[in-house]
Amino acid sequence: MALVVFSSELQLFTGEECTHVEAARFKEIVAELVDKYESLTEEKLMEMAVAIDGEIIHTPFLEVVGEDSELHFLHRISGG
Amino acid sequence: MSEAQEFKYIGQRTIRPDGYDKVTGRAQYGADLSLPGMIWGRTLRSPHAHAKIVSIDTSKAEAHPDVFAVVTFKDFGSVEGESINAGEGAADVLDLARNCLADDKVLYHGHAIAAVAARTERAADDALDLIDVKYEVLSPVMDVEDAMKEGAPVLHEDMFTQGYEETPSTPSNIATRLEMKMGDIEAGFAEADVIVEREFRTPTAHQGYIEPHACTARYDEDGQSMVWCCTQGHFDVRTSTAKLLGLDLSKLKVVASEIGGGFGGKTVVYQEPVALALSRKAGRPVKMVMNRDEVFIATGPTSAAKLKAKVGAKKDGTITAMQGWMAYEAGAFKGSPMMPGVMTMFTPYDCGNVQVEGFDVVVNKSKVAAYRAPGAPQAEFAAEMVVNEVAEKIGMDPIELRLKNAAKEGTQTIYGPKLKTVGLIECLEAARDSDHYKSALADGCGRGIAAGFWFNIGGQSSVSINMNTDGTGTILEGSPDIGGSRASMQMMAAEVLQIEPSNLKPIVADTDSLPYSQGTGGSRVTFATGMAVIEAAEDVVKQIKERAAAIWNVTAEQVDYADGVAINTAGEEKMSLAEVCQAAEKTGGQISGTGNINARGAGPSFAVHLCDTKVDQETGKVDVVRYTAIQDAGKAIHPSYVEGQFQGGAVQGIGWALNEEYIFNDDGVMENPGFLDYRIPLASDLPMIETIIVEVPNSFHPYGVRGVGESGIIPPLAAVGWSVGDAIDRKVEELPCSPPRVLSLIQNG
Repeated sequence: MALVVFSSELQLFTGEECTHVEAARFKEIVAELVDKYESLTEEKLMEMAVAIDGEIIHTPFLEVVGEDSELHFLHRISGG
Repeated sequence: MSEAQEFKYIGQRTIRPDGYDKVTGRAQYGADLSLPGMIWGRTLRSPHAHAKIVSIDTSKAEAHPDVFAVVTFKDFGSVEGESINAGEGAADVLDLARNCLADDKVLYHGHAIAAVAARTERAADDALDLIDVKYEVLSPVMDVEDAMKEGAPVLHEDMFTQGYEETPSTPSNIATRLEMKMGDIEAGFAEADVIVEREFRTPTAHQGYIEPHACTARYDEDGQSMVWCCTQGHFDVRTSTAKLLGLDLSKLKVVASEIGGGFGGKTVVYQEPVALALSRKAGRPVKMVMNRDEVFIATGPTSAAKLKAKVGAKKDGTITAMQGWMAYEAGAFKGSPMMPGVMTMFTPYDCGNVQVEGFDVVVNKSKVAAYRAPGAPQAEFAAEMVVNEVAEKIGMDPIELRLKNAAKEGTQTIYGPKLKTVGLIECLEAARDSDHYKSALADGCGRGIAAGFWFNIGGQSSVSINMNTDGTGTILEGSPDIGGSRASMQMMAAEVLQIEPSNLKPIVADTDSLPYSQGTGGSRVTFATGMAVIEAAEDVVKQIKERAAAIWNVTAEQVDYADGVAINTAGEEKMSLAEVCQAAEKTGGQISGTGNINARGAGPSFAVHLCDTKVDQETGKVDVVRYTAIQDAGKAIHPSYVEGQFQGGAVQGIGWALNEEYIFNDDGVMENPGFLDYRIPLASDLPMIETIIVEVPNSFHPYGVRGVGESGIIPPLAAVGWSVGDAIDRKVEELPCSPPRVLSLIQNG
């Protein structure tokens, strides 16, 4: 099962530092997290980028993660 | 890409394709388009920093014989608060509209209130004087300290601080609070032998691009419209303008002119929706060109900031804890780059105990815009100054201290993922081994060193390569060229097609000619648009093989392609790319490759800078006597442009560190809106900026590219700041190190 590590900001919603998810497809991972944490919304997660095993992906909509993958949600970066 | 590659064209210093047009004056910039029947637009701006608009009477202006149209906020129609991608990430449409033309409140000196289109610029200016605005003047809030105080005048009654477990019930000037942490910060400080803690301030500073904002807009009778403008992202101009005016995207074509600098400041719209609204009302094309005063007072500078940094280390140089606090000015509307400030502050260091808290604060200044590595220079300035002081306190060379604690592959970042392969250690080693660092410091001089980190991004890029019958081609990219991207696109396509770069003409195509491309920013274009170019060129090669295979009656798999020649591996035949293109009519039509991607895998770029300064002890004037910029490019596609980016970032950072700052009077009116009093460095002010290109390839790019446009502006603030402090034996805590401030430090400590 993939490991989702929450930033201190997301911990305000989850109350814990990390969790394992059964789903492999990103959309389903988000659904699983929203189901598990009452105050976490799909909108909140979908507006963030995600790092999967260190690779930052701004729009991870179709991503599939491995069983040993590590995911971090983070703010989308732009630039100047 | 992880191993060193051999290249035919990549890494050469080819002649830039836009060079002749620029040096001869043929290049067409934002103000250079004139259309038949065109009239001029001018903007009425607020004389107050904070006031309610009681009424606006435009009747006298409308009655002026040379006036064709007057617009106010009401002409934007029913704009609602929703999030759109407006160039530098998500933006609130209502805030965007209210920044283009004030609604019921003016929030900064220079805030646009109304605009007039008239036969001449002078007539438009005269008509502005006929607009009667009645204000109820309010107290301005001009810095984060005042804005965060309880009881401070509130800019937005509907803004409640986000980022706490429970959202407060009273409105505030603090839009967002963000905290990131990892490890045990208290335990980390308990382990330390030395702790340094300081507070810093950085000023409001402008990107200082030479070309003012300019556009020409035309709204046609059939509802089709066109905007020509200088911008870093014409597709985002289309999105914002269409949203504000209620247009379908297909009915608005935006053409990006040549651009005379942007550095993040031309990622948002100011005049474009206003000019199009005027044109819609007037029935004529409208040109609007800001003057320099308007650029300073009404377009986004970067955030002034107040910061705190605290670092603990053992005597052997091991950093045990790093703690930061920052409050960034957002200007009139929420959305400062505090977030990347929090994320980048201590990223150059492999430390397990880190905590950073940040605040995004609105004040009565123009809304900030992106500026090269937005948010990072301020935050990393504070961090790097304190790290230098830690090195000083424990008697360790500052480069050795950094090498001992340097972020590397596998380092856990505060913002989430572990770093992949990065080149900070290589940059530090290059700095340590440089002639500059080995050279003795002249008498009376100071030396500073600092590191910088920026993420770099990928994102959406669209490219077409259209081949001609003689084997030449045109590359259409959707990314405005602000830093040499046409040259690097040309070289990457040439590398794939194995033909001379000069046989490929790169152009920036308008929004009707390509699918959406994100703007030029985030150091993304050579990386992401480059990947799209490579994909498009590979598509061309695939078609070349298919066409040759059809001619030879073999399968495409039986055709090789090398050195610009298709080779039949099942026979003896060969055809050059030009011959295959010439035969395209007979083999199915012309050849065109596409690459429409959403690029991922951007590789961060670290920079390390060295700065020597000399300070005039009587006047406080600082001269930079030697400066070296070292940065990881991953792979330098065009080394001259890469060096130019290093030098440009360094010079802008030096200006920010030494002289640049907005000065406001007690009423919140900017007093130095011009290059005479807002002092950016001139070539004559500085020595040649020495550069060292480090190449640690980004494994996610076919050629190893990392973006190089932004990291270079981060280290100068601390490299200069520490160098000045070293020269006068004081600790610098506030930028810029302008003569009065330095003299005060010398005299008063």
